[in-house]
Amino acid sequence: MKIVKKAQAGTMQSSDLMVFLEPAETLNVTIESTVLKQFGPLIRAKVDEVLQKHGVEAGEVRITDRGALDYAIEARLETAIMRATEG
Amino acid sequence: MAGFKLRRSLLYVPGNMPSMLQNIPIFNCDSVIIDLEDAVPLSEKDAARHLVKRFLLNYTDRNKELLVRINPLDTKWGYEDLKVVLPAMPDGIRLPKADTPEIVERLDTLLTEFEEELEVEIGRFGILPSLESALGVINAVGIANSSERIFALAFGAEDYTASMEIERSRGGEELFNARTRVLWAAKAKGIQAVDTIFADVSDMEGLRAETELAKRLGYTGKCLVNPRQIEVVHDVFAPKQHEVEYALQVIEAIQRARQLGTGVIALGGKMVDAPVVKRAARVLRTAYAHGMVDTLIDEEAIHGAQ
Repeated sequence: MKIVKKAQAGTMQSSDLMVFLEPAETLNVTIESTVLKQFGPLIRAKVDEVLQKHGVEAGEVRITDRGALDYAIEARLETAIMRATEG
Repeated sequence: MAGFKLRRSLLYVPGNMPSMLQNIPIFNCDSVIIDLEDAVPLSEKDAARHLVKRFLLNYTDRNKELLVRINPLDTKWGYEDLKVVLPAMPDGIRLPKADTPEIVERLDTLLTEFEEELEVEIGRFGILPSLESALGVINAVGIANSSERIFALAFGAEDYTASMEIERSRGGEELFNARTRVLWAAKAKGIQAVDTIFADVSDMEGLRAETELAKRLGYTGKCLVNPRQIEVVHDVFAPKQHEVEYALQVIEAIQRARQLGTGVIALGGKMVDAPVVKRAARVLRTAYAHGMVDTLIDEEAIHGAQ
């Protein structure tokens, strides 16, 4: 799927995250997290997995994480992708 | 008694809050109602249903009944809620604004279609209709009979008082007729009846009084808005030790009576006959569900051998 417009999903509550998507030529993922030191690589792996599952190959992906678990990362990213790709 | 499920406490959890969803496994309520309706702003309906789906798929070691309150079927979100959430296998759907039997029948048909598509047993998803308007209350009997999936009727006082253009009072006198009508419909159908929420989380005394009233009338459970309310509600619905002891004495007395070839006997100066035994049996079943007695009472003890 192609990111065709700006979109965001999620909240800034604890255990949640915000996902920001923007169209771009290449894929660029940045992650801010309260638990970046311990869980940065795991969050990144989850993000990559979800992007791949939805065939997102290019775009600006910004994540602001507030200690979200995997299911929430997956859900928020999915919602953002749907919002950024629908017509 | 096959299929007896204790539903004293049905706790609402907002569908768009990971911090609350994640606590579902540790809440000690009997059921949870994950809310996609009133607790979710219009702009977040899509986000909430996907969050709930991912949460449910991830919650494999389930330890309580999981219901999802969808948006009403006449909104643009209701059908989509079902489509996204049902593959994650909740136990049932709480249907808001179940004003007529036709609305519930429509949900029943949709659930059957999804069950076929998902290749699960037909009837797997239950329905808990919310009777929360004057029309819903008037139609209670028809609604109770509109689908075999319905395991209980829920009375919703907040929307009901809005539809009546009245205020909800602490004593609840204005709810009396509606509460009773919902109960009659549930009891006539042989299903459970779930009372409305008590919104003031800081007023535990008020919660206790209202729960006691609901129990006295015949309600079997109550909806809750905060986990802090669980304990009070369980305490009210738990059979008291003296009730359990008396119920055991009643069963013993009626068995003695039957040995003597009669169906009626005196116990402590009071008559014991079939309706008394039936009430005692209900106390003992609830006591069994609370772990207060070791064995589940059998049909023969209630009715006697033929």
